[in-house]
Amino acid sequence: MNALLVICGLGIFALVAEIINFKKWLPGVVMLGLIAAGITVAFDFGTSVMHFSEMLLFDNFSHAFTGLIVITALFWFWLAQDYFRLQPHITDRSALILFTVAGAVIMASFNNMAMLFLGLEILSISLYVLAGSRKESLFSTEAAFKYFLMGSFATGFLLMGIALVYGATGSFHLTEIASFISTHDGQLPSFFYAGVLLMLVALVFKISAVPFHFWAPDVYEGSPTTITAFMSTVVKIAAIAAFYRIFAFCFTSVQGTYITILEIITVLTLIIANVTAVYQNNVKRILAYSSIGHVGYILLAFIANDVGSAGTIFFYLSAYAAASLTAFAVVHSVESVNRTTTVEYFNGLFKKNPLLAVAMTFALLSLAGIPPLAGFFGKYMVFAVAIENGFTKMVILGILTSLVGVYYYFKIIIAMYFAEPEGAPLEPTTSIRILLIVLTALGLGMSVFADFLVSLIPAH
Amino acid sequence: MTVFLIFFPLAVSLVLFLVKPLQARVWALIASLIEMIASFIAVSQFVSNEAVQFSVNIPWIKSLGLNFAVGMDGITLLLVLLTTVLVPGIILSSFRRQYSKPATFYGLILMMQMALVGVFAAQDGLLFYLFWEMALIPIYFICLIWGGTDRGRITLKFFIYTLAGSLFMLIGLVYLYYQTPGSHTFAMEALYDAGHSLPAGEQGLIFWAMFIAFAVKMPVFPFHTWQPDTYTVAPTEGTMLLSGIMLKMGIYGVIRWLIPVVPEGVAAWGFTAIVISVIGIVYGSCIAIVQKDFKRLIAYSSIAHVGLIAAGALTLNPLGIQGAMIQMLSHGIVVFGLFFIIDIVSQRTNTTTLAGLGGIRNVAPKLATVFMIVMLGSVALPLTSGFIGEFLLINAIFQYQHILGAVAGLTIILGAVYMLKTFQKSMSGEVNRTTEQFADLSGIEKWVLYPVVILILLIGIYPAPLLEISEPAVMNLLKIYSNLSASVK
Repeated sequence: MNALLVICGLGIFALVAEIINFKKWLPGVVMLGLIAAGITVAFDFGTSVMHFSEMLLFDNFSHAFTGLIVITALFWFWLAQDYFRLQPHITDRSALILFTVAGAVIMASFNNMAMLFLGLEILSISLYVLAGSRKESLFSTEAAFKYFLMGSFATGFLLMGIALVYGATGSFHLTEIASFISTHDGQLPSFFYAGVLLMLVALVFKISAVPFHFWAPDVYEGSPTTITAFMSTVVKIAAIAAFYRIFAFCFTSVQGTYITILEIITVLTLIIANVTAVYQNNVKRILAYSSIGHVGYILLAFIANDVGSAGTIFFYLSAYAAASLTAFAVVHSVESVNRTTTVEYFNGLFKKNPLLAVAMTFALLSLAGIPPLAGFFGKYMVFAVAIENGFTKMVILGILTSLVGVYYYFKIIIAMYFAEPEGAPLEPTTSIRILLIVLTALGLGMSVFADFLVSLIPAH
Repeated sequence: MTVFLIFFPLAVSLVLFLVKPLQARVWALIASLIEMIASFIAVSQFVSNEAVQFSVNIPWIKSLGLNFAVGMDGITLLLVLLTTVLVPGIILSSFRRQYSKPATFYGLILMMQMALVGVFAAQDGLLFYLFWEMALIPIYFICLIWGGTDRGRITLKFFIYTLAGSLFMLIGLVYLYYQTPGSHTFAMEALYDAGHSLPAGEQGLIFWAMFIAFAVKMPVFPFHTWQPDTYTVAPTEGTMLLSGIMLKMGIYGVIRWLIPVVPEGVAAWGFTAIVISVIGIVYGSCIAIVQKDFKRLIAYSSIAHVGLIAAGALTLNPLGIQGAMIQMLSHGIVVFGLFFIIDIVSQRTNTTTLAGLGGIRNVAPKLATVFMIVMLGSVALPLTSGFIGEFLLINAIFQYQHILGAVAGLTIILGAVYMLKTFQKSMSGEVNRTTEQFADLSGIEKWVLYPVVILILLIGIYPAPLLEISEPAVMNLLKIYSNLSASVK
């Protein structure tokens, strides 16, 4: 709760910073504020409190995900300094990002479907603007428009779903809906199930799983790289937290309604995302498809054991966030010199700037799930959960698709080490260098202290 | 002790990556020598019984049942010894050339050493897998950054091939993990027990899941297609690491993580696996005979030798496994020597093929003598290290099945064919234009090759101390098989 207040306060402060002429110090204040938010999360840990007439529930799930979101956002601000420095409207943009973070926190903490909707909209509307924030670029505008159009559809589905579920159960509260479902087993009207399915579609759209993923590569490619980094980390974490919260906390007893659909979605996501990534030549697009592919692994853990996989999913997302931010930081550095991010511009990066290449290598190896990096433990935990619950065939599919993943991640690695360097030299700023080292160390540390992260969220 | 052996190379490699000292190779050499001395101390403190010694067990990820459990018994100790003795040699042999980014190069070699020692010392299934994969990363980058032409495609094939193989092993290990009682564990003994109690059919599946991983790594026919290209394209030090030590990971896997885990699986499918390995012996030897490129020739001969070792180990005969142990050491040393000699020859004559060579013996007698001894070690002449191992192995296979034994015995004849042909074409005959300026061994080359020669002869003449180190552990592993025959000396 305190973290949410701090973040909202920061957002409002960022808005007025323009008026009180505080622009210069804003990034520092924002980062300090986020650190403060992180500290409050750490202090609140272990408590479970309801707020706002039980519309928000701050339990350990919420604390853990809020912590992850805040820390990721903090690193993102570190990464995105030049996004603010080189462009106008620093205050508006900071405020928008902070509101997105607030929306993300609400999505991890809601106990009421109205709050889910609210959180999702706070997050999405800010993002529509941010996706189009490179105003001179047609692609950026296209991305914003596409995202807005597709996002509105999803919102519509979500609203209709919420309305139907409300009509059937008479409540917006997750706990009340869950108890209503359990006491009225077999007597629920059929439109209740329609509502659940509509909500499923909406949330699957938000986590960009196949076949509702078509917006993601275009939006990721068109948006400014820093915003793409934000979307593929903070936003993705929030969407998955919301998905998990609604389906594992509330609808788990009617799992039969949607589990087959979700299995098909998982299989499609694993196959199509990974196979399509092979044919991409733009690193941003490769990362976009890879982020879709990772959703497939998370869904695999979810369908194998929905109420018991929170720790696994949390660890997976933490590892993914660290690796993904590193990769985007490198892509951003390459783009800032070359204006484009096709694989050829990574040629000979190891000779041009070893630090960038090595950090990128660690990130890609982690994303590919190569031991002993954190990504491996994430995938391993997913597969272990799935094998334990008898999803062996899915695991074999998952292993095959992660081999495909190795292929396209290594396309970038081979370009970095093998090909001769071309293009202008690269000199990232000291702050980016430190960021890369810190993120890589974090990624390595995660595999050493995996136990700690997994045990943050006990199965409920 | 084990922890030191594992983490000391890692620590030095991190220092090399971060500090990037100018004399990285000297640092790496000193570090590897310290590591070698440490391993000698371990040997001197080792008590000759089947117990796992110098062991450490720290919980790592409890929710996954993963413990950092390492230790050394006789089998491990011999292979650790092989690693710690060869790595200084490999580093010293690289002194002849200047690599770009030396700190990274030597850092990767030391990282590789860390992973290899870890593979041999791991007493926990998942930890074994982690080290197994960790060994792949440095060698991949050594080949990718400093390799020859077309290395991008070839090394990617190598990487995906071995990764795919080892993922099968992971599935097998995880399956066993879920068979362990209580809150599951990856501890080795628990996995052994879990494996024994499985029905025969499931043991068979696990046998294949694990065997494919090991077979790809060794490589055994028909899982070998990555190997000749990778050996050829890798820098010489990379080839030495691959063939000298990394190949032994596969055989070690068979001995430690296959034979004792699924006895009924081995009983059911062992014959098939041995037949495959024996086919590999003949296949590898025959292709080696027609090779023109040196490195490819040794690569195919490696397939033949490793096929023999795998077949011998799978006979479940203590003779065979002891033979495998000693032959692993011998092959590691011999192949290291061969690749080094080949590197010397091809660097001085600017050619990688036999054609055009000849008469080197006349201008470089020392090199020719060394080559002769190493080559005889390779063709298993009595009193060289190769003889002891191959004799035990062929003996074991012969006892297992006469015809297979006879076919496997061809390896010595065919080996003699391609090795002697190589020696004859390069060393004997008249000096020609390419070889007339050929210089004899220089200082560093002597420092590398003379110990190799001494080791080959020493192991060949008096192998008993080495056999004694591993014997109790080998017997212990075979305890579950009733058809235990007499001890070997």
